[in-house]
Amino acid sequence: MSLAEESSDSVFTEKEEEEESFNRRYTLWIKEALDELPHNFTITDPFLSGHPIVFASLGFLKMTGYSRAEVIGRNGKFFQGPKTNRRSIMEIREAIREERSVQVSLLNYRKSGSPFWMLFHMIPVFGRDDGKVINFVAVQVPISGRDHHHRKLTSVGDDVSSLDHSELVFGSCRREVCFGNFVQHQDHRALPVECDDDEQGLEDWEYCEASESEKLRAAEAINNVLSVLTRYSELSGRLVCGKRCCLRGVDCLSSSLVISLGRIKQSFVLTNPCIPDMPIIYASDAFLTLTGYKRHEVLGQNCRFLSGVDTDSSVLYEMKECILKGQSCTVQILNYSNRKDKSTFWNLLHISPVRNASGKTAYFVGVQVEASCRNTESKELRPETKQLSVVGAVRVAVRSSFMVTC
Amino acid sequence: MLLKIKRVPTVVSNYQKDDETVEEGGCGRNCLSKCCIDGATLPLYSCKNLNKSIGEKSESPVKFLESLVLGEWEDRFQRGLFRYDVTACVTKVIPGKYGFIAQLNEGRHLKKRPTEFRVDKVLQPFDGNKFNFTKVGQEELLFQFEASNDDNDSGIQLFPSIPLDADNSPSVVAINVSPIEYGHVLLIPRVLDCLPQRIDQKSLLLALQMATEAANPYFRLGYNSLGAFATINHLHFQAYYMAMQFPIEKASSLKITSTNDGVKISKLLNYPVRGLLFEGGNSIKDLSDTVSDASVCLQNNNIPFNILISDSGRQIFLLPQCYAEKQALGEVCSELLDTQVNPAVWEMSGHMVLKRKDDYEEASEEKAWRLLAEVSLSEERFKEVNTMIFEAIGLSSHEVAEEEEEEQSSMNNGFIRVHCPSVKEEEACI
Repeated sequence: MSLAEESSDSVFTEKEEEEESFNRRYTLWIKEALDELPHNFTITDPFLSGHPIVFASLGFLKMTGYSRAEVIGRNGKFFQGPKTNRRSIMEIREAIREERSVQVSLLNYRKSGSPFWMLFHMIPVFGRDDGKVINFVAVQVPISGRDHHHRKLTSVGDDVSSLDHSELVFGSCRREVCFGNFVQHQDHRALPVECDDDEQGLEDWEYCEASESEKLRAAEAINNVLSVLTRYSELSGRLVCGKRCCLRGVDCLSSSLVISLGRIKQSFVLTNPCIPDMPIIYASDAFLTLTGYKRHEVLGQNCRFLSGVDTDSSVLYEMKECILKGQSCTVQILNYSNRKDKSTFWNLLHISPVRNASGKTAYFVGVQVEASCRNTESKELRPETKQLSVVGAVRVAVRSSFMVTC
Repeated sequence: MLLKIKRVPTVVSNYQKDDETVEEGGCGRNCLSKCCIDGATLPLYSCKNLNKSIGEKSESPVKFLESLVLGEWEDRFQRGLFRYDVTACVTKVIPGKYGFIAQLNEGRHLKKRPTEFRVDKVLQPFDGNKFNFTKVGQEELLFQFEASNDDNDSGIQLFPSIPLDADNSPSVVAINVSPIEYGHVLLIPRVLDCLPQRIDQKSLLLALQMATEAANPYFRLGYNSLGAFATINHLHFQAYYMAMQFPIEKASSLKITSTNDGVKISKLLNYPVRGLLFEGGNSIKDLSDTVSDASVCLQNNNIPFNILISDSGRQIFLLPQCYAEKQALGEVCSELLDTQVNPAVWEMSGHMVLKRKDDYEEASEEKAWRLLAEVSLSEERFKEVNTMIFEAIGLSSHEVAEEEEEEQSSMNNGFIRVHCPSVKEEEACI
């Protein structure tokens, strides 16, 4: 899978935002410290749209053949390809959604397009004070396994394998060069030369078992990375740790909900009607662009900061009534932006109560459409449909996010 | 063996009062029958996707089809067209290895359209007098859906208003007025052709194309044959959004064989229901046709079954069952019967909709397992059915037996794969 196949759905996010949030948590010096580690690993931020990679180790870059700039901002799926096992992909996705660790063998692809197997071991990293998932750390230990597949394959299964234990051990010993440390190699091919012919067959392997020592190596790498993150988070005062130390606050969204909401590209906010003054607890990137505010400026605030002198107070009253009654409504309201020109805009605002899995109203969603943008092309959805689709997507995300109980 | 058939009154539409009679020439209900269809229009979503490239490179943003489905659904939701607010139904994941999903939904049972045909025959002719989808109000329809195989077509097109014309044989997406989850819709292939509930190549392909087009692994399509708890004998598939894995999707599988078109067929392991998993294939059509041929075989042998289309159309589960027969023969214990759970495709997949509060409060993985185990074919019967299916698909049973034997012997080497279990753990491998 080369970069040439990049579609318009690319998840390159604002590099600034990635670096900013990473540095604020861990300080500027963490990059140096992480670069001193010999392991292959990536660190992602689930609170950024697209769940992008915010750090990739030198070992990882060597292993995959990409430069740092080509990797930062990508989602981890970028390194998967058509022959990557679907079940393994699902396992990783579910682990992320459930905010827990996972260890699975995975077929990935280098920049050159050549496939390779590795043991993928991922853990969540929690904020010490708020129990939120701050990052996911993933370690990749390449595994060869070429001696394990000289006959027909079984499929992936928890209890079934065609591999003989002795073959595994033998295989590992022969691969003393593949100790998960690729910085030493001149070329970025992980496998011994004899494996060239087998590379084609690699992709068709249903599974590639990692040895016990490879698993231990992965665990060790994870620990090392976590130590560095913990140490540097102490410097900034915003501590992290490998275990969830406290219950996630009631106004704290799970990372999986944030990831789901991040798929919605329109402007919207979630507010919490159960907290005094009904603050914003989530704001989409599009909302920030529309209003000109930064995320940290709007979280925790009531939406009234968007109103101003000429905003019709009877409309505000109408909205308040609907909220009290737990009803949806659509209003046209004059809003004041914080954009460079400090312009006002007419906001076709739709608000609706949103229930969670308990069946009770947990949030209100507000979807903003700038009135001047209401061009109806035949190829696009009607603006009303578009607006309601945001409500629908939020409902699905909120209802399903009950999986992560805390 | 005479199986009891329950006679139920014909219910025509959820908005029709009980004693209202259908008027001649224009029923006033704005339905799809000849009386009202003239001048009816619906948006048309048209796409070409016979060979979608696989490979999501990112957390893919909400795609066009998803926006259309959710946007229209929410519109009907706010207009009060559903019998109840499904988001007000409490739901939870049952603790355990598989994460069965339980929902307490008292309204669905009471307000759902009752089943109007005999449950001991998988193939039954369409009966225009019984309830069918030409009798629904047009407001329940969301859009027409078509997926062409023509390379000349230019990608996705949405036409805001296209007449519903019988000559075009339109396929429509409609709301399910008794939803199991938010976004619960029905895909009704060639609605005006009034096809009975049975699988054919064209229809299954359409369903698979919709799953692929939706491009969301949490949007699955399902099918219930007659006798496997379909309630309406008019060809339809169901679909809805549930943003987590179904237990059946977590089950491991053992490859049995591959077809000449590259479709891999596996059997489910460690799951209460015995079933087949189809995936791969050189094209979507290859995958679809293989499953379709297998389904037709089951239909022709009067074996009820359910189909689950999962993973954005990459995986198809085929699940034969025998619960209806067991019920009729009085072989199901009263404890299970009292729950009144009818195990259709969603239940088979691990999403249990419960009618009684007690059942919901006391829901456990063990109970869910026990129910589904009753629904499943026995090992012996399953093997017989597989033999039938493989013959129908054109795989010699000799080939298949060989492969199965090889799997058996390799299993007997006794290697146990060590795998970091995917259950919630505090500290896992740190």
